[in-house]
Amino acid sequence: MNALNITKGTSSKSAYNLRSGHADLNERHTLAVLVANEPGVLARVIGLFSGRGYNIESLTVAEVDHEGHTSRITIVTSGTPQIIEQIKAQLGRIIPVYDVHDLTVEGPSVERELSLFKVSGKGEKRVEALRLADVFRANVVDSTLDSFTFEVVGSPEKIDAFADLMRPLGLAEMARTGVAALSRG
Amino acid sequence: MSGAKMVVQALIDQGVDTVFGYPGGAVLPIYDEIFLQNSIKHFLVRHEQGAVHAAEAYARSTGKPGVVLVTSGPGATNAVTGLTDALMDSIPLVVLTGQVPTFMIGSDAFQEADTVGITRPCTKHNWLVKDTDALAHTLHTAFHVACSGRPGPVLVDIPKDVQFANGTYEGPAKIKSHYQPQLKGDLDAITALVEAMETARKPILYTGGGVINSGPVASQLLRELVEATNFPITSTLMGLGCYPGNGDNWLGMLGMHGLYEANMAMHDCDLMINIGARFDDRITGRLDAFSPGSTKAHIDIDASSINKVIHVDIPILGDVAHVLEDMLKVWKARGRKTNSKALKTWWAEIDGWRKIRCLDYAADSKVIKPQYALERLEALTKDHDRYITTEVGQHQMWAAQYMTFNDPNRWMTSGGLGTMGYGVPASIGAQVAHPGSLVINVAGEASWLMNMQEMGTAMQYGLPVKQFILNNERLGMVRQWQELLHGERYSQSWSESLPDFVKLAEAFGAKGILCSDPADLDEAIMQMLAYDGPVIFDCLVEKHENCFPMIPSGKAHNEMLLGDAAIKGAIDASGSVLV
Repeated sequence: MNALNITKGTSSKSAYNLRSGHADLNERHTLAVLVANEPGVLARVIGLFSGRGYNIESLTVAEVDHEGHTSRITIVTSGTPQIIEQIKAQLGRIIPVYDVHDLTVEGPSVERELSLFKVSGKGEKRVEALRLADVFRANVVDSTLDSFTFEVVGSPEKIDAFADLMRPLGLAEMARTGVAALSRG
Repeated sequence: MSGAKMVVQALIDQGVDTVFGYPGGAVLPIYDEIFLQNSIKHFLVRHEQGAVHAAEAYARSTGKPGVVLVTSGPGATNAVTGLTDALMDSIPLVVLTGQVPTFMIGSDAFQEADTVGITRPCTKHNWLVKDTDALAHTLHTAFHVACSGRPGPVLVDIPKDVQFANGTYEGPAKIKSHYQPQLKGDLDAITALVEAMETARKPILYTGGGVINSGPVASQLLRELVEATNFPITSTLMGLGCYPGNGDNWLGMLGMHGLYEANMAMHDCDLMINIGARFDDRITGRLDAFSPGSTKAHIDIDASSINKVIHVDIPILGDVAHVLEDMLKVWKARGRKTNSKALKTWWAEIDGWRKIRCLDYAADSKVIKPQYALERLEALTKDHDRYITTEVGQHQMWAAQYMTFNDPNRWMTSGGLGTMGYGVPASIGAQVAHPGSLVINVAGEASWLMNMQEMGTAMQYGLPVKQFILNNERLGMVRQWQELLHGERYSQSWSESLPDFVKLAEAFGAKGILCSDPADLDEAIMQMLAYDGPVIFDCLVEKHENCFPMIPSGKAHNEMLLGDAAIKGAIDASGSVLV
């Protein structure tokens, strides 16, 4: 018997190489995942992302309903539209997940992140840092003779912008909470 | 009631009468309770992996969940392969593990392992129970989760102090779980599918393990659908038996080692109806050439299966039996229409592919060809009340190709994970579930050795399992890929220092049969069937036979290899990375 229809070198695609076949651009989505507040639930969510090779840009989690033992996990992720759909479906499959909301597609939403910046410097730089902090409506939550600690709340972009400005002025350390988000209305 | 007693009571209340397990320090209180009762029969395996595979086959052949009881630490880690296997193939299992006492967790205690951590990615869900009062509720929920929606393995980790402590037992009736998967499919989507069925010129039903998991009603409705529409039907490895293998519309299994007619029909169809299958990479071949001209519908109970790999036009989320019932209702109400004229042409085309006779092989009068061995096994056992299990490799594919499955739940094989060592314990699980039936494990000698210790279990419980070993003294499938892809460099793919299987059988107290001459084969098989007890059948077969037909990795459905000629160069370098 003969091999049928086989021409050498026709295939450049691999049956395992699913994702590179899709040329779609990555999209950034913010997902709100409501889960039962039970041990291991965060590990399940994170394990899903690492096990299946999805991206996590930021993740925040806290109990939001003490009576109902419900926590809210806000995940900012990115991927092709097909991957985003997979992420939502896979999250929905986790038993203690009650609900998955894609805030990016479910209408307008607000996103906020809290950040802390320690900026050390003296003289003109110190004054400049304080002036810019005022522009960003940052609060001074701690100060010494040669440093300030600012608290900035806002969108991730605003925090990125503030960090860019503080870097030449003596940014020593920063901490960010990751995004918390709610749909509008 | 003590936690240990609750475990036994919960199993009884869940209708469990069979447990596969292995005792150890952290489960002794539960084993004590098992000693004190007669409702549940415990089968002592020889290795915890064997317990899980046996429970899997028990579940697959009965439709009931399989139950496993093992100890902490190594008991739990030995169960991991079985759990992963069950997760990949959607088999409902409830695995109970002992754990060190709660106050010792985290102290690296003797036989301590982070069982829920280790098994989190290989179970559908798992629980560590820290309070005896929560134990009964957790156990009943575990059964609910394992059996609802897309079935799967669950694990309940029970620390020893929780087993000893007293608490309040509650029965299964009181359990309310928020986990309630959707069973009914969307009627608009079903109607859209029926409309497509009415006009389709080249339809095909692509079925999978989901039909079998949905229960006997699903298989019945599927048969009704095929009969009423005259659509051709194929199935994945996991779905064999959901439609009769001797039925007129049956095209045979599809996929990498599927039948030529099935794969060609998948490639050329204009309407593909996926019923409980998941577009696995062993099925689709090259994705950008997968059935390029077809409208695709997908019925699946798991939303994450839909659009995972292949974009479908008509997604239907629901249980196969529920959706098929509605499909038939809608189709009948709309006047039972099909495009019968086009169907006739379609069948003529399919019959042309069938004429290729893709399963033909070169016969041999001196050496037993593995295909011949399975043809004879099929011929001599097809009228028996028969259950077939397999290991993983060439023999598994040949069994799928050359044996006929006319009913669901009769075929137990490791599909998704491809676990060598599955077959021996699986044959035990199937025999436990069906004591009066013929259970045959079609094996290769290499796979068979991986869990051969379970022959001890078969002897202990008088389980007359037949181990039919196609012995080519090779890791046949590995050898085949090395021949095709790695310049015939047979790195580590032969079975050196094999035991004398006949003497091995005798050492266990079983019967051993050796057969190497095609002329003796029928008589030897009859001898195996006539023996009332476990048999190890050492069938010496052609050492270099390759398994065909075959879709080489990275190729499309219409680029199948037939026979063993002209292989060189057929698989280009890009395919060699794929397995």
